[in-house]
Amino acid sequence: MSLVSIRDVRKSFGQNEVLKGVSLDIAKGDVVAIIGRSGSGKSTLLRCINGLETYQSGSIVADGIEVGGATTNLRELRRHVGMVFQQFNLFPHLTAAENVMLAPTVVNKVSKAEARAIAAEVLAKVGLSEKMDAYPSELSGGQQQRVAIARSLAMRPKVLLCDEITSALDPELVNEVLRVVEQLAREGMTLILVTHEMRFARDVGTKLVFMHHGKVHEEGVPKEVFAAPRTPELQQFVGQVG
Amino acid sequence: MSYKLQFAELLPYWNVLLYGLVFTIVLTIVSTVAGVAVGTAGAAARTFGPTWLGRIVAVYVELIRNTPFIVQLFFIFFGLPALGLKLSETTAAFLAMVINLGAYSTEIIRAGIEAVPKGHIEAGLSLAMTKWEVLRHIVLNQAFRKIYPALSSQIIIVMLGSAVVSQISAEDLTYAANYIASRNFRNFEVYLFVALAYLVLAMLTRSALRALGRVIFKAR
Repeated sequence: MSLVSIRDVRKSFGQNEVLKGVSLDIAKGDVVAIIGRSGSGKSTLLRCINGLETYQSGSIVADGIEVGGATTNLRELRRHVGMVFQQFNLFPHLTAAENVMLAPTVVNKVSKAEARAIAAEVLAKVGLSEKMDAYPSELSGGQQQRVAIARSLAMRPKVLLCDEITSALDPELVNEVLRVVEQLAREGMTLILVTHEMRFARDVGTKLVFMHHGKVHEEGVPKEVFAAPRTPELQQFVGQVG
Repeated sequence: MSYKLQFAELLPYWNVLLYGLVFTIVLTIVSTVAGVAVGTAGAAARTFGPTWLGRIVAVYVELIRNTPFIVQLFFIFFGLPALGLKLSETTAAFLAMVINLGAYSTEIIRAGIEAVPKGHIEAGLSLAMTKWEVLRHIVLNQAFRKIYPALSSQIIIVMLGSAVVSQISAEDLTYAANYIASRNFRNFEVYLFVALAYLVLAMLTRSALRALGRVIFKAR
């Protein structure tokens, strides 16, 4: 059974239909790379999966929870579906450790000491043990994004959604973030990434999804798809960015 | 033109002045705490609450911001008894101050809340927090940090504006001045002294608020 199942999802912003019937199945342990031009609906699709956006028709089921209904338990859903953003979105008034500790203490009612232990563990995982008490303003972009990843991991998600998480970084900082994501993939974390890092998509991804005009235009095993794109749109896209 | 200043004539009334001074200080502190609480609730309702509640708050804010404070005060003290609500001058003074600062601080705090990046709210929601938890733990701290100087100014404006409560015989510093002047006729000395007292009070309040801000927002 798939961990995330997307069936014929349609979504419009006013008159503008951005998702025109998207279907996708994601199994546990999959590393799905979603690529495509800006405006093709990649980010919107990702944001529908954890309920940050609503959609008009179709269905999304994540970890057994139907997303998008009026009665959807968003809290329960989001405990299992984490998200990392392009702009990091660390809380500037809290240290790295406090950023990580916030959700476990507030949502899971874990004690401060226990939350601090979780923070130490996940920050070590992203290689930032020595920055626990640093404020976001004292960290580089790459370090901030790694804290943001650690913050999501602290909730022990079953799926992690990554929305162009290296797009706001200086080129020399991209790799330190990608290495962390690669490590997560190796450990079996289910990942859905909207990305422009084609090499990363090919080398780490288990599934490639090319979105075009609000639809899944082509999908398959990354190495095969990149080696021989079937549609002219993907050929052109790979030619431009590759 | 020669006028001989005789501040000694104020001395017999030192207790009246002291009482007025304390009254004004307590009035300011209480209305600041309660007014900012009202403002926080109002701002939260306008930004995170249901639409109907936001509308009610908007009406309250506009009513207060577009009418003179003295009229609000008179309405509460002289008007409300017609509805059977008779308040002492002290209670009416406190109530009017809280309602007034509540409206202004609603707008100031709302501006602070709206200045918090939307991404921070989405990050909080994505961590399975409810929107009220997001407001409390992520948004308000950042909002207050941003608007603290504006809020401090408003508190001082309200403190100085509190002189108006003497008009319903609430016994503040200005009431003390009126009381003394009507007895010793030393208007010049009395109002000069009281003006200086307000000046010192305002400057002390400003420093106190700045120090408080440094303690609250110590980090970074």
